[in-house]
Amino acid sequence: MIQLRLFASLRETTGVEFEEFPLPAGIATLGQLREHLRARGPVWAEALDPKRAIRGAVNQRMSRDHDVISDGDEVAFFPPVTGG
Amino acid sequence: MNDLQVRIQSEPFDAAEETRALRRKADGTWDAGVGAVATFIGTVRDMNEGDGVRTLVLEHYPGMTEKSIAEIIGEAHARWPLMNLRVIHRIGELKPADEIVWVGAASAHREAALSACAFVMDFLKSRAPFWKKEKTPQGDRWVASRDKDEEALKRW
Repeated sequence: MIQLRLFASLRETTGVEFEEFPLPAGIATLGQLREHLRARGPVWAEALDPKRAIRGAVNQRMSRDHDVISDGDEVAFFPPVTGG
Repeated sequence: MNDLQVRIQSEPFDAAEETRALRRKADGTWDAGVGAVATFIGTVRDMNEGDGVRTLVLEHYPGMTEKSIAEIIGEAHARWPLMNLRVIHRIGELKPADEIVWVGAASAHREAALSACAFVMDFLKSRAPFWKKEKTPQGDRWVASRDKDEEALKRW
């Protein structure tokens, strides 16, 4: 199972804060998961569009599209951070 | 290096007390070797892009927030000889003039403490998972990240 967390405007747009689901077949990287989620529908497609600055984290570490994801991982997507 | 290098909390912090605490060793005694203490405080401004800011809400990613800041602190310790380096960041609802973040560093000489504070803030601005939302009379809006913040990382 993958634990998906969304934050800030991404959470608001998609209406999803947390979801748990099996790692889909053929999905091995963060970028592939992002594309897989986009296929859910127009809201997701727009929210996770490659032209949007969206950051990802795997197991609470900032990650890039090519980073590997495995069963049991926690994956998060969020807008660029604005702390401090 | 002391425990509790990172604190994420909704309560206000006492900057003066935290600054004094930087000089203390793990056993509570003063570290006589500390010659330099540097701190940074980030506060909520009253204006952002013209509208009057009424409330700022700080959201964060529990778990990753602490991890990412601890990593930044670890990196600073690797680069500079520091006796202490601590970060406190608030979450939840804040008002103009409220203090959001405190970074404090102690070292023997000034270069390490001053550099570490600036370094931690530059990385925190681009890597620590917090998001600010402004609640104004005109409505709510998420604060946008600034290109300058990402650019600031290059100097390190």
